[in-house]
Amino acid sequence: MNPMQELAARLALAILTLLASASPALADENPAPSDPSLLPVFEQFGGKPGIDALMEDFMVKLIEDPRTRNYFAEADQTHIKAMLAEQFCVILGGPCTYTGKGMREAHAKLVINQGGFNALVEDLQRAMDMHDIPFRAQNRLLAVLAPMHREVITEP
Amino acid sequence: MNCSLRFCGSVTMALAMGAGVCAAAQAADPESGPASPAELARPDDTLAGSDKLLLTGGVSQLEGAAGGGLTPWAVIGGYGTRDQIGANAFLTRVGVQDYHLDGAGALIGFLDRIELSIARQRFDTEDVGAALGLGRGYSFTQTIIGLKVKLAGDAVLEQDRWLPQVSVGAQFKRNDRGDLLRAIGAKDDHGVDFYVSATKLYLSQSVLANLTLRFTRANQIGLLGFGGDRNDSYRPQLEGSVAWLLSRKLAIGAEYRMKPDNLGIAAEDDWFDAFIAWAPSKHVSLTLAYADLGNIVIKDRQRGLYASLQVGF
Repeated sequence: MNPMQELAARLALAILTLLASASPALADENPAPSDPSLLPVFEQFGGKPGIDALMEDFMVKLIEDPRTRNYFAEADQTHIKAMLAEQFCVILGGPCTYTGKGMREAHAKLVINQGGFNALVEDLQRAMDMHDIPFRAQNRLLAVLAPMHREVITEP
Repeated sequence: MNCSLRFCGSVTMALAMGAGVCAAAQAADPESGPASPAELARPDDTLAGSDKLLLTGGVSQLEGAAGGGLTPWAVIGGYGTRDQIGANAFLTRVGVQDYHLDGAGALIGFLDRIELSIARQRFDTEDVGAALGLGRGYSFTQTIIGLKVKLAGDAVLEQDRWLPQVSVGAQFKRNDRGDLLRAIGAKDDHGVDFYVSATKLYLSQSVLANLTLRFTRANQIGLLGFGGDRNDSYRPQLEGSVAWLLSRKLAIGAEYRMKPDNLGIAAEDDWFDAFIAWAPSKHVSLTLAYADLGNIVIKDRQRGLYASLQVGF
């Protein structure tokens, strides 16, 4: 092997190792899997009060966004904000209890495609930016929320 | 950017082709879907869309496929989701010590499943052309048609599974300088590269990794023809990219592309680059890189700037 090929082989090995060390599978259909190792991220969100404040602006963005407006405008926004805040709090290892529905049940009556799901993610990202939540902390939360696409998206 | 009329022509043509397809697709999609259980809450049914998350469609790599700068990724280009069609066009210039390369092209991504791309490349030999008796600024040109199909996985959403997004692709390349290519020892003026790519976003780490295995006979990606006196068979070549996401709009990273070395008179080296990609919106992205292209024909240590502008919807 020449040095370049050797480097390529090492790179391949490094990436394969990275692939193999992917995070363990999420418990099936648990809408709020708690991960105590995310507690520092919970602090970066400003704890439960920070998450509650985030929800206010998140909902404003969801109503402003024509792609998501119709899902929330006529819904019980106060309830949705409370449930999302509980869910995020539990996921980030915070001292909360999630009292809401499972993701599949909560979205079963809605027609949601991938574009709608991604639109909500973008609105959440913008709201988190507004609250100066560090980008890497945002991604730690989104990494837990992203697999929920399998239950939230109802239009294949 | 230096853009000959010919290049712009091909971009315009490809864009028009994309727009035509999208218009046709929209026309074939009347509002006659099944009644929604929630009358108010319906997704937008427009096919021409851009609801993929920012930068998750990659940028246009040198040969026109969605990827990094040098290597294709498993992602389908454009911002179309599994319900949408996306498209974009790019202009790229690579300027190294003794040569420069201009590229232009466009791609269409169908339903986040199939990607069709076209690219045109012009490799200008500058003063080396004169030294070789070809004339100053002698240029090699080639056209590349690309096809990529996603087989499995989702690089972005499947954060709880180890499976990366996996795609296979082919790049059909035709070089316009057949007579000269044969004179320097190349066996063909056209060839097909086949590749398989695996791409995964590690959101918890804010890192994206890609690995591509390419089977090719191309000399300097086809700019110097296909096959040669030293080797004329397909050889597996490894390509890799790692990107660190700094924000939604900004990523930095590095790439490596192994290359064959088929021509006795023109030693060929593997390529490297370090890049920064910036997407101020879903309609435009700019990629800048420092590239090390090694030896090209009679000039060693070819290093310089790679710049690529991409526009799309």
